[in-house]
Amino acid sequence: MFLKQYIQDIWGAIKSLATGMKRTGYYFTHHKEIITQQYPDNRDTLLLPERFKGEVVMTHDENNEHACTGCTACELACPNATIKIITKFDVDAETGKKKKAIDTFVYHLELCTMCNLCVEACPTGAIKMAQTFEHSVFDRSQLTKKLNKPGSKVRAGVE
Amino acid sequence: MFEEVGTTTEGDLVINMGPQHPATHGVLHLVVTLNGETIKNVEPHLGYIHRSIEKMCESLTYRQFIYVTSRMDYLSAHINNHACAMCVEKGLQLEVPARAQVIRVLMDELTRLASHELWWGAMAMDLGAFTPFFHAFREREVINDIMEETCGARLTMNYMVPGGVMHDLHPNFQQRVKDFLQLYKRKIHEYDELVTGNIIFQNRMKGVGIISPEDVLSYGCTGPVARGSGVSSDVRKLYPYEIYDKLEFDEVLEDGCDSFARYMVRIREMQQSVRIIEQLIDNIPDGEFQAKTKAVLKLPKGEFYSKAETARGELGVYIVSEGGTTPYRIKFRSPGFSNLSALNHLVKGGKIGDLIAAMGTLDLVIPDIDR
Repeated sequence: MFLKQYIQDIWGAIKSLATGMKRTGYYFTHHKEIITQQYPDNRDTLLLPERFKGEVVMTHDENNEHACTGCTACELACPNATIKIITKFDVDAETGKKKKAIDTFVYHLELCTMCNLCVEACPTGAIKMAQTFEHSVFDRSQLTKKLNKPGSKVRAGVE
Repeated sequence: MFEEVGTTTEGDLVINMGPQHPATHGVLHLVVTLNGETIKNVEPHLGYIHRSIEKMCESLTYRQFIYVTSRMDYLSAHINNHACAMCVEKGLQLEVPARAQVIRVLMDELTRLASHELWWGAMAMDLGAFTPFFHAFREREVINDIMEETCGARLTMNYMVPGGVMHDLHPNFQQRVKDFLQLYKRKIHEYDELVTGNIIFQNRMKGVGIISPEDVLSYGCTGPVARGSGVSSDVRKLYPYEIYDKLEFDEVLEDGCDSFARYMVRIREMQQSVRIIEQLIDNIPDGEFQAKTKAVLKLPKGEFYSKAETARGELGVYIVSEGGTTPYRIKFRSPGFSNLSALNHLVKGGKIGDLIAAMGTLDLVIPDIDR
C-alpha cells in the first residue's frame, strides 16, 4: 500500500512537471505567438495613443500665434511648480491700451509628473500633451523649456 | 534595539536581507536571525523609500493631492486615486454620474487583474521559475495598452478626479476590453499548467507560512491575506461603494491559512474580476463622465473617511479639513503595512527558503508600506 502511494506520487510529480515543460516547449516552437517588440528598431512603426501624456507643449498655428493669455491657471493647478509664466504688457498699436501677454512660458520637464492637471485647467486650450517620451539629454538645463516660440503672439479673439 | 549583523551570544547568525536584494520586491530591509537554516526572528526595517506623501498632501489642493497617491501602491494606482476621490466627494456631498461610476469600477477591476498578474509572475520568480513572469506580463501588457489609450499613462494614471473621471472612455475601449477577455480566457489554463499544478510549487507552498484567522484579525491583515485564512474582509462586499452592491460576484474565501491558500485566493479573484468586467462592459450608461464642480474645491470643516479594496487589501483615506482649500491632515491606512506586520508570525520557526515564499504571498509593494 505504501509502495503504491509512493509510486503514484512520483508519477503525479513527473506528470505535473511534464505539463509545464510542454507549455514552455509550445512557445519554443511557435515563434508567431511571441509578442516581443524590438524597441528601438521599431521607432518608425511605434504609434502612441493620442492621449499619451509625454510632455506639455503649446500649440502654434501657421501664423505663429498661440492661445495663451497668461492667466496662470495652469501654474496654479500644477502640484510641482513645473510651470512658470512670466508676463509683460503689450501696447496695442491702434488704441494705445496696455494689454497683458506672456513673455515666457517656462516649463520644467524634470519636475513634471504628467498628471494632466494643467491641460484640464487651461480655459483657452493653449497647451496640450505631446506623445514624445524619449526625454534623455546630456545636460539638465536642456530640460527647462520655453514653450512659446520666439516672435509668437496671442491669437486675436482669445480672451 | 537592532541586532548587529554577525553572530549573537547564543550562536545565532544575524544576516541582512535587502534593501537591495532582488527577491524582496524593492527596498525592504529584513534583519533575519537564523539558527542554522531555521528562522528565529525576522525584523523588517522600513523607511528606505519614504517620501512623506501624507505631509506633502497637506500643501496640495484637493484636486492636486490625488496624483501623489498613484505613487503609493503603484500597482493599483487607479484604486488609490479612487479612494481619495471618494473621500473628497464625501466631503463635498457630490453625486457622481452613473457613467463615471461604471467607468471607475471597470478601471478598478482591470487594475486588480493587472496587479494580480504581476504578483503571479513575481511570486513564481521568487521561487525560481522565470518563465511565468513573461507569461504574466504578456497579458498585463494588453491591460496597460488599454489604460494608455484611455487614461494617457500606463502606471501612474491620475484618471480619477473629484466628481468623476478625467476623460471619457476612448472609442476603442469596449472592443479592446472584449478582445482582452477573450485572450485572457484562452490563456488562463497556462497559469495552472505552469505553476499551480506544479509539484515543486505545491510542496513549497502547502503548509508553509500559516496564520490563523484570530492572528489575521489581531494583526489587522486585509485583502487576500485575510481571505486566505477564511476571514471575510472584502470592502466591496462589506461596505459597497459605487455600484458594487448591484454587481454579481463572489467574495473569494479559502480556509487553508497557508501560502497556497493565499495564492489560490488571488488566482480565483482574477476570475471574479473578469466576471465583473463582463457584466459591465456592455452596459456602460450614457451621460456625463464628470460632475460639475467648482474651480476651487473647499471641503467643509470636519473629518472624512473612505475606503476601497485595492489589490492588496483595504485602503483607508482619512482627511481632516479646517474648511480651506488644502487638507489639514491626511492619513492613509495602507494594506501593505498591516500585511507586512504579520511576516514575523508567518515565517518564525520555518526555513529561510520559505521566507521568500511566504513574503511573495503577502504581495508587498514597498512604496505602499513606507509612503
